[in-house]
Amino acid sequence: MNQLRRRINGMRRSPKALGIVMFAGLLVVGTGYTTVSAAVSPNREVVRTQEQIDLGKKIFLANCASCHGKNAEGTKNAPSLIGVGEASVDFQVSTGRMPGAASGPQLEVKPVQFTLEEIDAMAAYVGSLADGPSIPDAAYLQANGNATSGGELFRINCAMCHNAAGAGGALTEGKYAPQLMGSSAKTIYEAMITGPQNMPVFNDANITPEQKNDIITYLTYLQNNSSVGGEELGSLGPVSEGLLAWLGLLGLLVIIAVWLAAKSN
Amino acid sequence: MTENSKEVELNKSGSTPEHEYDGGLRVANLDAVADPGLEPHRVRMTDKSVKHEKAAVRQVALLFTLSMLGSAFALWAYFTFPLSEDLSSVRLNTIYLGVGMTLGLLGIGIGAVHWAKTLMPDNEVSEERHLTRGTDEKRAAAIEILAAANQESGFTRRKLIRRTLYGSLALFPLPGIILFADLGPNPGDSLRHTFWKKGTRLAKDPTGIEIKASDVTLGSVFQVIPAGLNPENKEYLEEKAKAAVLLVRVDPSELNETEERKGWSYQGIVAYSKICTHVGCPVALYEQHTHHLLCPCHQSTFDLVNGCKVVFGPAARALPQLPITVDSEGYLIAQSDFLEPVGPSFWDRSVKK
Repeated sequence: MNQLRRRINGMRRSPKALGIVMFAGLLVVGTGYTTVSAAVSPNREVVRTQEQIDLGKKIFLANCASCHGKNAEGTKNAPSLIGVGEASVDFQVSTGRMPGAASGPQLEVKPVQFTLEEIDAMAAYVGSLADGPSIPDAAYLQANGNATSGGELFRINCAMCHNAAGAGGALTEGKYAPQLMGSSAKTIYEAMITGPQNMPVFNDANITPEQKNDIITYLTYLQNNSSVGGEELGSLGPVSEGLLAWLGLLGLLVIIAVWLAAKSN
Repeated sequence: MTENSKEVELNKSGSTPEHEYDGGLRVANLDAVADPGLEPHRVRMTDKSVKHEKAAVRQVALLFTLSMLGSAFALWAYFTFPLSEDLSSVRLNTIYLGVGMTLGLLGIGIGAVHWAKTLMPDNEVSEERHLTRGTDEKRAAAIEILAAANQESGFTRRKLIRRTLYGSLALFPLPGIILFADLGPNPGDSLRHTFWKKGTRLAKDPTGIEIKASDVTLGSVFQVIPAGLNPENKEYLEEKAKAAVLLVRVDPSELNETEERKGWSYQGIVAYSKICTHVGCPVALYEQHTHHLLCPCHQSTFDLVNGCKVVFGPAARALPQLPITVDSEGYLIAQSDFLEPVGPSFWDRSVKK
């Protein structure tokens, strides 16, 4: 049994298999896109029922209106939600960032406060106020794009804040770019089109939906594959690696030097 | 102080030297710390008790055995985790091979030191230092050898040979020195110009797709290179490193522009050099609402809506702004090159040329 498994693994690792898999992948992706993009436009209108919008408004008035205003027009404590789109609501509420627990430099991820139906209803209500980015098309959330192109786009547009390995990083005055290793494809896509908090917007003219899928493919690859070079120490580069080298390894060498010079009892 | 009393002082401060010599330029140290000698010998447990001695023997043997196990583990790991096309195979192969070899070496090293410290003789031995000066016989012999060599080679006698040798020795380092000319040529005015020219369209990095003003929605950030700059260009990377631009659209009411720069933006769209004026890192960490641009290397922070002036960190100057406008087809174009050198300071940067 083990021998068989090893043989299959061996075949899987042969360069031929890689080529076949890549070719098949490209074929599926290429033909898939042409059919998919012909069938549905990237920003298709999600059909919302009046019932859902009414429910959403009710939840909104009970939970959000104290800061965002009775008609989502915004107050001095919180921005207007007119035109932020369904994707904004879905991103903020389904990651637990909204409703915010306290004001601070940045709203943090915390346990989600609403059910999926409630989030959908709120999204439908906010979406009904004015046009805005809608919930991303599932066709672009499959992580079946080109990870190489996604990696290049990620390094040019995202890595300066989120770190080349998606480990996140510090911004000014207590703000930070969160790490992306636990983020779902939908969350990543919604963040790009809505620009939550201090993140800028990456609209479809800047990064096309196909390219967004490539970026998601790259991040999914990072999420599913551990670092080749050994323990990544949080992928924080010289910060964590330097700390280990200076305190851990140098400390060990000092201890060894002391032991070498000490006389035996 | 007379010559004699100095001699006496010298002898007082330490033990009598093995050889007679005048002390050269040595300064007499009148209040030297007395030689503390050797500390009293302390008998080790392994010398006092057979039980401890046997335990130490077992410990050393155990460390050597651990080394054997480590080396065997490394051999086993090499064959059990072979390297393959799959990159992740490198991880296990390297980790286990490394752990095994570390144990193999550390076991021998720690075992040998422990052996020496606990079981080998520990009586203190002092060895007297000898003088660096050779004996008079040795010095006389050396002078004889030199004189003989001079006599046999005729170095002082044959002037022609000696002078041509001096000449050749003086010239031979020059070819090595002239190689440093390859560090040039001097940059000339290349630090003052970039790929941007009047009418160059703004394009997306890395695709090179040109950008329309309508593409840049509020809060958007574009990583920009000049249109026409692609890997086929001569010195593509050098040009890209100078010409990289960050394009942002902000609410025009938030933009505080100086009189002379009023025409440099287009409906709230501004373009700034991405090369930090501190040491040239790419500054691209843009915060949508605070409009701060942060450099990841040394945390220089630039205020995008106030001419990208420095609000924090070591950068000395604001980021240079690229004057932009739109052409008849709606594409964003540069009005000109940057009006000042981009990037960090350099020698005579402020000299107008």
